[in-house]
Amino acid sequence: MVATTTTSSQASHGGVRSGRGVDTRPLIWPSVGVLLIWMIIPLALTLWFSIRNYKLDDPSITGFAGLGNYSYLLTDPSLTTALLNTLLLVGGVLIATVVFGTLFAVLFDQDFWGKGVARLLVIAPFFVMPTVAALVWKNLLMDPVNGLFAFITRSLGLGAITWFSDMPLFSIGIIVAWQWIPFATLILLTAMQSLDREQIEAARMDGAKAVSRFIHIIVPHLGRPITVVVMIETIFLLSVFAEILVTTSGGPGDASTNLTYLIYKNALLDFDVGLGSAGGVIAIVLANIVAFFLVRTVARNLDA
Amino acid sequence: MATVALKSVKKSYGDINIIQGVDLDIQDREFVVFVGPSGCGKSTLLRMIAGLEEITAGELKIDGKVVNDVPPDARGLAMVFQSYALYPHMTVANNMGFALRLAGVPKAERDAKVKDAARILQLEPLLQRKPGQLSGGQRQRVAIGRAIVRQPKVFLFDEPLSNLDAALRVQMRIEIARLHSSLAATMIYVTHDQIEAMTMADRIVVLRSGKIEQVGTPLELYHYPANVFVAGFIGSPKMNLVPVKVQSAGADGITIVLPGGGTAMIPVQSSNAAAGSAATLGVRPENVAISADGPIAGEITVVEHLGGETLVYVNVGEGPFITVKAGGDSAANVGARVRLSLKTDEANVFDTNGAAMVPKVRKPLADLEKRGH
Ligand SMILES: Nc1ncnc2c1ncn2[C@@H]1O[C@H](COP(=O)(O)OP(=O)(O)O)[C@@H](O)[C@H]1O
Ligand SMILES: [Mg+2]
Repeated sequence: MVATTTTSSQASHGGVRSGRGVDTRPLIWPSVGVLLIWMIIPLALTLWFSIRNYKLDDPSITGFAGLGNYSYLLTDPSLTTALLNTLLLVGGVLIATVVFGTLFAVLFDQDFWGKGVARLLVIAPFFVMPTVAALVWKNLLMDPVNGLFAFITRSLGLGAITWFSDMPLFSIGIIVAWQWIPFATLILLTAMQSLDREQIEAARMDGAKAVSRFIHIIVPHLGRPITVVVMIETIFLLSVFAEILVTTSGGPGDASTNLTYLIYKNALLDFDVGLGSAGGVIAIVLANIVAFFLVRTVARNLDA
Repeated sequence: MATVALKSVKKSYGDINIIQGVDLDIQDREFVVFVGPSGCGKSTLLRMIAGLEEITAGELKIDGKVVNDVPPDARGLAMVFQSYALYPHMTVANNMGFALRLAGVPKAERDAKVKDAARILQLEPLLQRKPGQLSGGQRQRVAIGRAIVRQPKVFLFDEPLSNLDAALRVQMRIEIARLHSSLAATMIYVTHDQIEAMTMADRIVVLRSGKIEQVGTPLELYHYPANVFVAGFIGSPKMNLVPVKVQSAGADGITIVLPGGGTAMIPVQSSNAAAGSAATLGVRPENVAISADGPIAGEITVVEHLGGETLVYVNVGEGPFITVKAGGDSAANVGARVRLSLKTDEANVFDTNGAAMVPKVRKPLADLEKRGH
């Protein structure tokens, strides 16, 4: 939803401000039109449902709820938790992917034997469906009885960690990061390959050792691609869902419930479409606030 | 004091030998130009001196000390790259001061040195700009400034002017020559452009496929190329290289059969030239003239009027066209049948293997040094 909102607004912008004498607006109307319908109809329906009393399991309750759904949601303590969880998840995964993505990009930019295969392997998780990835992590790796991690920690005499009950959000974060590090690596690796070798050599002649070169040449060079990674990932990370559904179902309690999952819980588990829609509207508003700031910083960064 | 000495320096990538044994002594404050066609290994050789490329075999000495295993920043060199390689996120001042900053030079001293270099290169108004906001020529200056700030023993340039337009190139050429005399530093300059080599060098090193073909002053190379390759590479317009046959070799020189059957006697030592063997006559366009009693006959194919001079290309039946450099007032017409005469004492003869035969008399000018040491 957020993605379509931002792209369409940028697209229409670009069309109007074409530098040439030709009016390009008619040319982009068809696609803008499709995007608008695509976006407007679900948005309108969501808005409409959000002010209605609409429970799937009780058709007798109908009529306008006014802002009742909203006030219920905004005063519900689980919304605050969900917001906080969303921010933690997005922030944590962003940090992890950027840090590991940068390290992998620098590493895989070097020449070493088996580079091709190694690159393929580091990219591979990106092609695994979120549901499958979560299942693999839950059952094969993090399972406290049969999991690989438990096997390792036990053979070291440390006992097993019950990942999803002791640190549910962190565990989900690990899974999501595992899926998104390849994306960051891919983008940053491409950026690394466009780094002028002579710049690195000039830095070597100037007396910069590996660490100084990383700090003074590579990190500034990766500044823009990192902003791009952050922006794109944020859009997707705000709506993480499958990983939560498959592993913790938002629990224990609501310890790993994010906004998306809360909406799902309200709308489909509790059969309250009105409440779910109101949550959706809140999510849209929040996502657009985030997107607004992101696009602004990125645009500034890309201009510089 | 900064001398650079290479002793049978070699470089190979796997089985491919890129540099095949180079011996060279570069004196203090000398301006040496490596010139050669693209891919001959000029950059590789320069990068080996810089320490950016490992030396496979042989010895590299700077100031008499072997530096094969010394890292680039400890060799006391500075390099100007073809792409300038400025740090795009740093201002001009920070670009120039980067090495000093890494070396822990205090800020005040650093700023003073950067200001100094900026003044020499007229970069002062640009110090707070980023490289992206500079023109090509200004970036070039910053790259040179970054080298100057470090006060290196030896400056290395890798085709620094090849990204500039023609007018700017001439201007920067003069500027680098001026810097060379004012900084009194040793400079090694790589280019594929023989005009840059001729105009800037104290000594030119002509490279081909990783081997030195000849080392000498510009005029030495111009007048006495050691072989056909150097003869064809140095000089613009190119030297005429005419396939000929040896008729006889005597004490005064060699008599050759020219295209069309005419003969000419060239005063070179020709003891080992067998009668009837193939040879190459090398004669510069300015040493060929259109004259009624010349030994070569041909037809004018192309005439290029350059204003001050005229280049006339003459088809002599066999071999390549012969280029004649005539005066700007030449009345040569395309299609006219003409005869060509040669200044035989300015001509070179190359044997079957392409090596030059030693001339009987040597011009004093060829051994002229640009400046006394
Ligand atoms: N890393 C490398 N691996 C293999 N061959 C290389 C490498 N770098 C350069 N070469 C080869 O070395 C030769 C000389 O290159 P270079 O020194 O750049 O030539 P120049 O500067 O004279 O144009 C070229 O034929 C090039 O293909
Ligand atoms: Mg080169």
